[in-house]
Amino acid sequence: MLFFLETVISGLMAGVMYSLVALGFVLIFKASGIFNFAQGVFALFAGLALYDFIAEDGWFYDLFGFALPVWLGIIATMGVMVIVAWLVERLVLRHLVNQEPIILFMSTIGLAYFLEGVGDILFGSDVKPLDIGLPQGASDYLLDNYNLYVEKLEVVAAVVAAVLVIVLAIFFQKTRIGRALRAVADDHQAALSVGISLRTIWVIVWSVSGFVALVAGIMWGSKSGIQFSLSLIALKALPVLILGGFTSVPGAIIGGLIIGVGEKVAEVYAGPFVGGAIENWFAYMLALVFLLIRPQGLFGEKIIERV
Amino acid sequence: MTYERTIGDTILAVDQISLSFGGVKALSDISFSVREHEVFAIIGPNGAGKSSMLNCINGFYHPQEGTITFKGKTRRQVRPSEAARDGIARTFQNIALFSGMSTLDNIMTGRNTKMNKGLFWQAIRVGPAEKEEMAHRAVVEKVIDFLEIEAIRKTAVGTLPYGLQKRVELGRALAAEPDLLLLDEPMAGMNLEEKQDMCRFILDVNDEFGTTIVLIEHDMGVVMDISDRVVVLDYGKKLAEGTPDEVRTNQDVIDAYLGVSHGEDE
Repeated sequence: MLFFLETVISGLMAGVMYSLVALGFVLIFKASGIFNFAQGVFALFAGLALYDFIAEDGWFYDLFGFALPVWLGIIATMGVMVIVAWLVERLVLRHLVNQEPIILFMSTIGLAYFLEGVGDILFGSDVKPLDIGLPQGASDYLLDNYNLYVEKLEVVAAVVAAVLVIVLAIFFQKTRIGRALRAVADDHQAALSVGISLRTIWVIVWSVSGFVALVAGIMWGSKSGIQFSLSLIALKALPVLILGGFTSVPGAIIGGLIIGVGEKVAEVYAGPFVGGAIENWFAYMLALVFLLIRPQGLFGEKIIERV
Repeated sequence: MTYERTIGDTILAVDQISLSFGGVKALSDISFSVREHEVFAIIGPNGAGKSSMLNCINGFYHPQEGTITFKGKTRRQVRPSEAARDGIARTFQNIALFSGMSTLDNIMTGRNTKMNKGLFWQAIRVGPAEKEEMAHRAVVEKVIDFLEIEAIRKTAVGTLPYGLQKRVELGRALAAEPDLLLLDEPMAGMNLEEKQDMCRFILDVNDEFGTTIVLIEHDMGVVMDISDRVVVLDYGKKLAEGTPDEVRTNQDVIDAYLGVSHGEDE
């Protein structure tokens, strides 16, 4: 029983990580109807940039002879992500207004590979251990009292994710910009007609998802180092989105948790019978089932087309 | 016209506007002017360039030649968000609402250009933003009241019937308290009762708020009833401009509508 609980908890924590990435997708999808394939690369890019700002072997240190303190590094990285967002709008999106979603999607695939290349050139391709002082190791309290093995970092990640969701929910529901974001997602022309500037909104939403990517990058980086395989967790976020619904912020969280727990439990309990490696395909399998029985996901908007 | 209004000076002057897409000329050399507090109709057969004209006025299209003067500012190209800030609101031929949002939120977006308190204050809903939000809500409630859509204020607009959606769209435009209201076929696809309602709202808006209205409409009866002046377009050219009576008896206009002048079916 205890072992099962540990499995579930570790699944939940892995799920939080997926959720963080999925969240970035949902934000951009909600506000612009674009599936941003580059979200995983955003997380990678943010992680790399942060590392180089704060580590003693980063190029910031080489250039100026000192590394930034962590908090300043995070702010600087956020600045980098805003610049990236601005460039994406200026160089890509602006020229694709009113195009088919598939064209916008293709452009984000291009963006993903471009950013990955730029990241490689700027920061190098080694695995970089990111240490921003988050607690590491197992929680002694849980281990001593309940004999449970829980990583402290994962608890931190869960708290961060929760705070992030609350902040985003308030931002989307309560502010003028949040309303404008939802408006842009629904209808570009109508949004323009009430005086919403599409360009501003896009820069904002890509910046916000850059921020979410930064948080995801920090968490993944602290856990397993910043490496280029990080861009592949974008693919893991896909089943999470199918499960949770592409337009739902809570959906991204719940979807991530279900996938995280599901694959851990499946791996541990069903793995031995099929020779293991269930973790690699379980999420996609689950997504497939969902596509068949509930294509809008758990929390997505059901699309009813009037004819 | 049974009610009294004072038609003012020119608020919108369209001067020699030409617009083409590739080789296709959508508008050539169009000029007309709209006076303050007027109901002004743009009519013409399908493909005459009526919607293109509206799109030029609110900045969706950028004409290659000519200028548009609105409230004394003369420009050839204007961005939609600038046009909105200057006081131009519009509705669309095919309804363009934010279908995921409620009626209230949709109409609230109309207040977009009027909101300017900081993001932080809005998020925590205290201080100046609280007051601002309340003030905007009051305007929105007035619009909802005016259009008699209290019952659907919390309903997601995507689920509303067509006629009501049109009304919500009008509400969103009204919430901006525009000086110039552009209506692209406000009565298209409506049944008789809905049309009468919409006519009444348009006239009431014009009457009570003094809003200048430029509208496109196919229903001739409606156009002739509610407009002060009419401009007729055909194949991107101006055929006639004047009061409904003048236009009705204009030979070019009659020909265009009967298809004589082009020798084709229209």
